[in-house]
Amino acid sequence: MNDIRTIALIAGVLLLLLVATAVGQFLARNPDRSLNPAAVNAFNLRLRGWWIICTVLAAAFWLGTTTTVVLCGLVSFWALREFITLTPTRKGDHRALFWVFFLFTPLHYVLVAYNRYDLFSVFLPLYGTLFVLARVAMAGDYKRFLERTAKIQAGLVVCVYCLSFAAALLHVRIRGQDTANSGANFRLLFFLILLVQFADCMQYVWSRMAGRRPVAPEVSSTRTWEGLLGSATSTALLAAVLWWAAPPFEPWQAALVGFVVAVMGFAGGMTMSAIKRDRGVKDYGTLVVGHGGVLDRVDSMCFAAPVFYHLTWFVAGQ
Amino acid sequence: MLYQAEPMPVDVAPPRRAGPGRTAVCRAAGLTLAALARLLSGASVRWIACQPDTCQRFYFANHTSHLDALLIWSSLPQPVRELTRPVAAKDYWSRGVLRRWLAEEVFDALLIDRTDIKVHQSPVDVMLREIGSTRSLIVFPEGSRSVTGDLGEFKSGLYYLAKKRPDIELVPVHIDNLNRILPRGEFLPVPLLSCISFGPPMWLEHGEAKVNFLARARKAVQALKE
Repeated sequence: MNDIRTIALIAGVLLLLLVATAVGQFLARNPDRSLNPAAVNAFNLRLRGWWIICTVLAAAFWLGTTTTVVLCGLVSFWALREFITLTPTRKGDHRALFWVFFLFTPLHYVLVAYNRYDLFSVFLPLYGTLFVLARVAMAGDYKRFLERTAKIQAGLVVCVYCLSFAAALLHVRIRGQDTANSGANFRLLFFLILLVQFADCMQYVWSRMAGRRPVAPEVSSTRTWEGLLGSATSTALLAAVLWWAAPPFEPWQAALVGFVVAVMGFAGGMTMSAIKRDRGVKDYGTLVVGHGGVLDRVDSMCFAAPVFYHLTWFVAGQ
Repeated sequence: MLYQAEPMPVDVAPPRRAGPGRTAVCRAAGLTLAALARLLSGASVRWIACQPDTCQRFYFANHTSHLDALLIWSSLPQPVRELTRPVAAKDYWSRGVLRRWLAEEVFDALLIDRTDIKVHQSPVDVMLREIGSTRSLIVFPEGSRSVTGDLGEFKSGLYYLAKKRPDIELVPVHIDNLNRILPRGEFLPVPLLSCISFGPPMWLEHGEAKVNFLARARKAVQALKE
């Protein structure tokens, strides 16, 4: 991965973070501006979280494919914890949940690590579903049976299955590359993460600046049609500018991918907002200061990763 | 009523000192189990109007899972943890070699006989004698684990502890979600996230009736649930 494009990409992100940190620190030291100090504080906390995330990511990239898959698996595990914690379960679900956490989730990531697309693409949605249904039925508690099993399934699909496609990107064989697992694959993953996070930020910025019509005010008052359109367009632009970093794409293809990723990310954010609104909470957890929970950070990624994976496959797969 | 130290019976060994007295293996096992419990239960610890302190305290908590005592114990900072002993049921914890070793050597638990209560050897007296003037205790005033996860009525032991040692701080503790991680009757944990809240210390008011005090203590735990 020691090629010029990877280095350029990493240097770019590092520069962006440094500039943002400098601005944040300046604003914190000179509070006489017309800015809200609480917003500045939130911004700085968010940046600190960003530094942590980037450091962990860089370390995983450095250590190789398997480490990155394992890291992704841990993130899934933690996201699923947060998801199930917020979802009321009954005692009858206990044994099913145990196997979901300690057998199905790890096994799925083992299949991802060995690049068995034929198996990992059906393992959780098919066999995971069958198992959860049967195990909860065997526990003998039939109250709100479908509702309870659906919750566990939704958690598995969103937190584990969808997110694992980000790790699976590392195994896609790209036309023109002689092997998979090359620097090009890491750049592809990095490209996805960058687009998703950028789309999140842009959605926020556009909604603040020009947001008038919320998509669903009952679910989220800060997610607007203007934000969605603005973020999709900006992300498409960024993707087109950075097309050189993502190996298989032409500029116009990269723009299209950026657009789709932004829309999917928006869908993920809306979905998690709906769940949180239903449970009456704001954030999912307290792991990284200033960043809510893990699930709050990866919700857009969960929805964007499978689509990005398949688009890459169709455009450039062998 | 002022507290007067009762003369210590000669045949009873003085309270075992934590730390140097325990072997390295036990200490390592304790640290490992504490870390494991924290990891499995994803516990976030909150101190609300209360700070960790090595002063003598009775921590009283709701009881929903076997992990309760272990988790409270592991949420305390190391110096405080060394001084704090969980109170546990003898009929459960002295059964089998492993349980006995865990309770007596690793957690330095104070085992109370629930089935065979003597007049002169009441659990409260045993507790007070064992803690001396340095150690703290973790107690579960409900007496046993709640099945539903709701807070049950408090038994009177806490009142007598407070009455006989009015100088010791009573710290309410609320454990949230642990009954879903390891419910009663299950032995395999599900690694959800839990939360442990330590509340502001309280004392027995002068002349406060038993019923009122127990209700107030129960409310203090309940209030931490928010």
